[in-house]
Amino acid sequence: MTVEVHDGEVDIVIAALQPNLTPFFEAWRPFFSRFHVIVVKDPELAAELQIPSGFDVKVYTKSDIQGLLGATSIDFSGHSCRYFGYLVSRKKYVISIDDNCLPAKDPAGVTVDAVTQHMINLKTPATPFFFNTLYDPYRKGADFVRGYPFSLREGVECMLSCGLWLHNADYDPMTHVVKRNQRNTNYVDAVMTVPLGAMLPVSGINVAFNREVLGAVMFPGLRIRKQGNHRWDTLEDIWNGLCAKVVCDSLGYGMKTGLPYVMRSDAEAGKALESLKDWEGVKLMDDVLPFFQSVKLSRNGVTVDGCVKELAGIVREKLAPKNPVFAKAADAMEEWTKLWKSHGAQSA
Amino acid sequence: MAGTVTIPGSSVPSTPLLKDELDIVIPTIRNLDFLEMWRPFFQPYHLIIVQDGDPSKVINVPEGFDYELYNRNDINRILGPKASCISFKDSACRCFGYMVSKKKYVFTIDDDCFVAKDPSGKDINALQQHIENLLSPSTPFFFNTLYDPYREGADFVRGYPFSLREGAPTAVSHGLWLNIPDYDAPTQMVKPRERNSRYVDAVLTIPKGTLFPMCGMNLAFDRQLIGPAMYFGLMGDGQPIGRYDDMWAGWCVKVICDHLSLGVKTGLPYLWHSKASNPFVNLKKEYKGIFWQEDIIPFFQSATLSKECDTVQKCYISLSEQVREKLGKIDPYFVKLADAMVTWIEAWDELNPSAAAAADAENGKAVAK
Repeated sequence: MTVEVHDGEVDIVIAALQPNLTPFFEAWRPFFSRFHVIVVKDPELAAELQIPSGFDVKVYTKSDIQGLLGATSIDFSGHSCRYFGYLVSRKKYVISIDDNCLPAKDPAGVTVDAVTQHMINLKTPATPFFFNTLYDPYRKGADFVRGYPFSLREGVECMLSCGLWLHNADYDPMTHVVKRNQRNTNYVDAVMTVPLGAMLPVSGINVAFNREVLGAVMFPGLRIRKQGNHRWDTLEDIWNGLCAKVVCDSLGYGMKTGLPYVMRSDAEAGKALESLKDWEGVKLMDDVLPFFQSVKLSRNGVTVDGCVKELAGIVREKLAPKNPVFAKAADAMEEWTKLWKSHGAQSA
Repeated sequence: MAGTVTIPGSSVPSTPLLKDELDIVIPTIRNLDFLEMWRPFFQPYHLIIVQDGDPSKVINVPEGFDYELYNRNDINRILGPKASCISFKDSACRCFGYMVSKKKYVFTIDDDCFVAKDPSGKDINALQQHIENLLSPSTPFFFNTLYDPYREGADFVRGYPFSLREGAPTAVSHGLWLNIPDYDAPTQMVKPRERNSRYVDAVLTIPKGTLFPMCGMNLAFDRQLIGPAMYFGLMGDGQPIGRYDDMWAGWCVKVICDHLSLGVKTGLPYLWHSKASNPFVNLKKEYKGIFWQEDIIPFFQSATLSKECDTVQKCYISLSEQVREKLGKIDPYFVKLADAMVTWIEAWDELNPSAAAAADAENGKAVAK
């Protein structure tokens, strides 16, 4: 399958959590330069951003966020600022990469074009109903294996592409501390569809999605009390991904995981010890996952927006009693549907 | 090939050989020349050769291997009337080897599969990788985006609940193939020159609730955990279908593993599949299956097992009843197959009496949902 990527159909959305983005943009220049780039500056970052020239880039700051949205219960600080970029984007597809990640090299030494790989993932079908043991059957050199029902070979549209990370992998703080010298050097040359009903932790570090269809569920819902700027001090992307998976499963859309890899820097790796004391995530996920595994959306939901509203209600009813963070998550989800309707649900 | 940074003072644990706990089951109708290439890896193990086809033909086993060999006469003698459940003129007959094995683990391989090389050029010890897969837990309840978290250099990612990090016991290790991929006949005909040259350096657990096409070319399993479900069905001579033996076993196995909270892994190891069988012959064998699988898959996807099914045997008998009732409507073949499934369990329990009792005790611990 040949996949064409048009300049006008993709926005690159970057959350700026550090001021000097020059090394980041220079490294990504070959892959970003033909697209419009939305940079959202962390509202809590005081310093001026440094972005090299030669990009079609628009920067949004705290005043833009407040100016457009006014008073909103959603906290767009830290990694959550990225989601504002989803609201203002007008493109069909969005690709987001953390600002401490550079292009990776594959085992042959070739620099990985993560943008194109994400677009291939999004523009080729997903196969959630039956597992293909040769992984993505649409890749060159692969196909459906013997025993794969023919009626399932058309696949469904892929709405989310979760990429991976070499070097500094996306671990929780406990694992970072215990395995402080471990680096991910294993380049797994596969893309695969996450099966129907299977839940996964979607990392926001390297992600792409169909904004037109899925935008209404791409929100920062769950905010742990001591949310910080290290990825291990957040669960908003994990929560976001679980909501998106439930909605995709309900509406017959697919999600893929695997390639592309990005190279994630060490910058944070040594600091995990500080986060251990207060890290809520240890306990929260034990409540979160069973909830998402058992949640069933009604057949009435035919739009993503409708599914989100229904899901927010179920979160409020079933999870909120366990922990106030879940009540706040339900609030944020409902607030997001309003914001999305007013500001996000538009195309170019 | 990717390596890892070793922490000073730590040692990479070596994989146990398990030479007294694992049997290698090989179906063959031609010869066992392929064993020469595997000798460095297979020689410590006991082989169970299941000779298909003409029992008067003499199959030469290369010298130096410790083996037992069964031909059709042996199968008939040992099982008596129950031998009807063992296929003839189809590699499905291999499951007889599973039944007579006395070991905890089984590795089965086709006689046209050879040692592959990894991207660094090193020979792949497929058996060692299968053992590693089986001896480490699976993670069927939540997908780990870095694949098998127990592998050297990997771990659970952020967001993976800690309560699930002990994993589930691994019942099956499903390996893959470089060179000739395991395609069905139509795909073979459309893509006769396609070769699988992509080495995907991952082992992953197939999530609970997800079915997959299990290929018997490169397969290992824990006989004590799942053996009775590894029946490869009625194929070949006198049957309307072929090349669905491993598929059938895989669907039954996965439903039962999901019910008993056991894990199924797929991915590494690779071996080198050298021979593409004749696609026209394959098409004739698979033809009915291609249509039937459209009904079979939804059947397995919606099959349920009650809480009372707390052993593999009970699960399997329950499945056979559902096959008889629901799939029997599609074709009388499935009624015969359901009968054969019951016969298989009877034969299994006869040949593995103490194992049946032990299984009852062990599987009583497994959580039946």
